[in-house]
Amino acid sequence: MSERFDAIVVGAGPAGNAAAYVLAKGGLSVLQIERGEAPGSKNVQGAILYSDALERLIPDFRDDAPLERHVIEQRMWIMDDDSYIGTHFRSNNFNKPPYNRYTIIRAKFDKWFSKKVQEAGALLICETTVKELLRDDGGKVIGVETDRPEGKVYADVVILADGVNSTLARKAGFREEIAPKEVALAVKEMLFLPKEVIESRFNIEKGEGVVIELMGKITKGMMGTGFLYTNGDSISIGVGCMLSDFAAQKTTPYELLEQTKNHPSIKPLIEGGEMKEYSAHLIPEGGYKAIPQIYGDGWLIVGDSGGFVNAVHREGSNLAMTTGRMAAETILALRADGKPMTTRHLAEYKRRLDDSFVMKDMKKYKDLPDVFHANNQFFTTYPELVNRSAYTMLTVDGVDKKTKEQEIITSFLKRRSLFGLLGDAFRLWRAFR
Amino acid sequence: MSGIKIEEKLYQNRYLVDAGRPHIRIKDPKVCESRCGNQPCTACCPAGCYTREEGRIVLITDGCLECGTCRVVCSPRNLDWEYPRGGYGIQYKFG
Repeated sequence: MSERFDAIVVGAGPAGNAAAYVLAKGGLSVLQIERGEAPGSKNVQGAILYSDALERLIPDFRDDAPLERHVIEQRMWIMDDDSYIGTHFRSNNFNKPPYNRYTIIRAKFDKWFSKKVQEAGALLICETTVKELLRDDGGKVIGVETDRPEGKVYADVVILADGVNSTLARKAGFREEIAPKEVALAVKEMLFLPKEVIESRFNIEKGEGVVIELMGKITKGMMGTGFLYTNGDSISIGVGCMLSDFAAQKTTPYELLEQTKNHPSIKPLIEGGEMKEYSAHLIPEGGYKAIPQIYGDGWLIVGDSGGFVNAVHREGSNLAMTTGRMAAETILALRADGKPMTTRHLAEYKRRLDDSFVMKDMKKYKDLPDVFHANNQFFTTYPELVNRSAYTMLTVDGVDKKTKEQEIITSFLKRRSLFGLLGDAFRLWRAFR
Repeated sequence: MSGIKIEEKLYQNRYLVDAGRPHIRIKDPKVCESRCGNQPCTACCPAGCYTREEGRIVLITDGCLECGTCRVVCSPRNLDWEYPRGGYGIQYKFG
C-alpha cells in the first residue's frame, strides 16, 4: 500500500467525514482511515444533531439519514438531592419541518455519513490505526504510517480528525498533552424501552423528542452536567464532569451515573429500561484558550482534536462538521490557486475559522471555564438554595409568605453573603456577555 | 468502594480483545507506588481497568473504553498509551 493521494483524512467522525466529503466532491483523491471496524464504532456522543451544519454539506440529509426524534421540548433541571426546579420550553413550531435538531445514535449516523463520503468518491479503509505522521527532512508532513503491513501512505496534505485524544498531533509535537482541567469525562448508558412507553412518559407523539439537561447536586459539587435524551426506542442518559474534579473527588464516573439514574425525579422516567451499552468519552471543554495550533506544514486539525466544543451551548459535532468543511474548502481553494500546502498558505484555514461563528463563539465564552473552575457554588450552593426556596414557598404550613420570603433571603445571605451574591452575579455576567 | 459492579455494565458492550497485546502499559510500576500519590486512575477510569492490590496498581485493559482518561490524569506520565491495533478494542453498537 505505497500509494499517493491528494489528501489523507484520519478519522471518520463528523469532522473527518465532513472534510473527506468536501474534498472528494471537489474532485481530489482522498484516503480516509478509520481504526474501528466501521465508521462510528469508536465514537460516542449524547447525541443531538443540529441540522444547520449538516445541511450545508448535504441539504437533503433528511431523506435517508438515521434520525431518531426531532426535538420539540427542552427541559433544564437544576437538581437538589430530592428535587429539581427547572424550565421547560416546548413549542409546536418545532414540529414544523424542516426540523431544527434531532436526537441521533452515532454508530448508525456515522455509518450513514460515511456512505455519503464514499459515494462522493473518497476511499475509506477501516480497522486501520494510524501510528504516526510521516515527515520529510524539513519537518513537513508528507503522509501517515498505519499499522498495516507496508502501511505507509503519502499525500499532499493530512487532515487530523482523530478525536479528542489527538494522539497523532501530540506524538508529532504539534501540541501538549491535554490537562485534566481542559476535558470533561462523560459516561452514558443506552436504555431501551418500547416507543409507546417513551412517548407516554415524556408526553410526546410519534417522532417527537424531548431532551433534559441536568445540573446541580447530581454532580456532587463537580463542574459538570447530566443529560437525558429520547431516541426512537431508547433513552440516552449520561453525566459528565471535568476530569480534574473527578481526580480530586475520587467519585467513580459509574457511581455518579448510577446516582443520577436513581434520583427520585429521574428514576420513574427510565424505569424498566433495558441497558444495552455503557460508554465513556472525553469532551474537550477547555474552550478558546485550550485550542492548540491547528495548522502547519502539510497538516490541519479539525473537530475534537482541535478542542472545538462550545460547552455552554452544548455544541460539538456541528463545530466538528464546520471545521472539517472549512479545512477542506481551504485546501480546495489553495489547489485552485496552485499554491502548495505549506504553513503560510494553510493559515488561511485559521483565518476562515476566525471569521466564522466557530471562533467567534469560542472567544465569547473564553473565560467561562475559569469562572466555573474557581466557583463551585454554581454547582452546589445555588441549586440547593433555589430548590429549597421553592420548597419553602410551595409548602402550605400556616407560615405567612412575607416571613417565608425573609427566610429565603436570609438563607442566601447566610450561604453566600451580599458581596458573594453580587460577585457571583458579576462573574457570570462578565463570562456570558 | 460501592455496590456497583462495573463488570455488569461492561458485559453489555461488544469488544474484540487483542489477546496478549494490551494497548496501554504502565512504564514503571514503582513510579505508581512511590511517585504518584492519590493514584487517580483507580477512581477515574470509567471502566475500572485500574485496581490497587497491596499498594501496587494492576492494569487490565480488556474492558477499556478508549477514552484517554488514564493518560490525562497520570501526572507522572507513567503510561505507554496507544489505541488498539486497527479493528480491535471496543466496538460501540450505539455510541
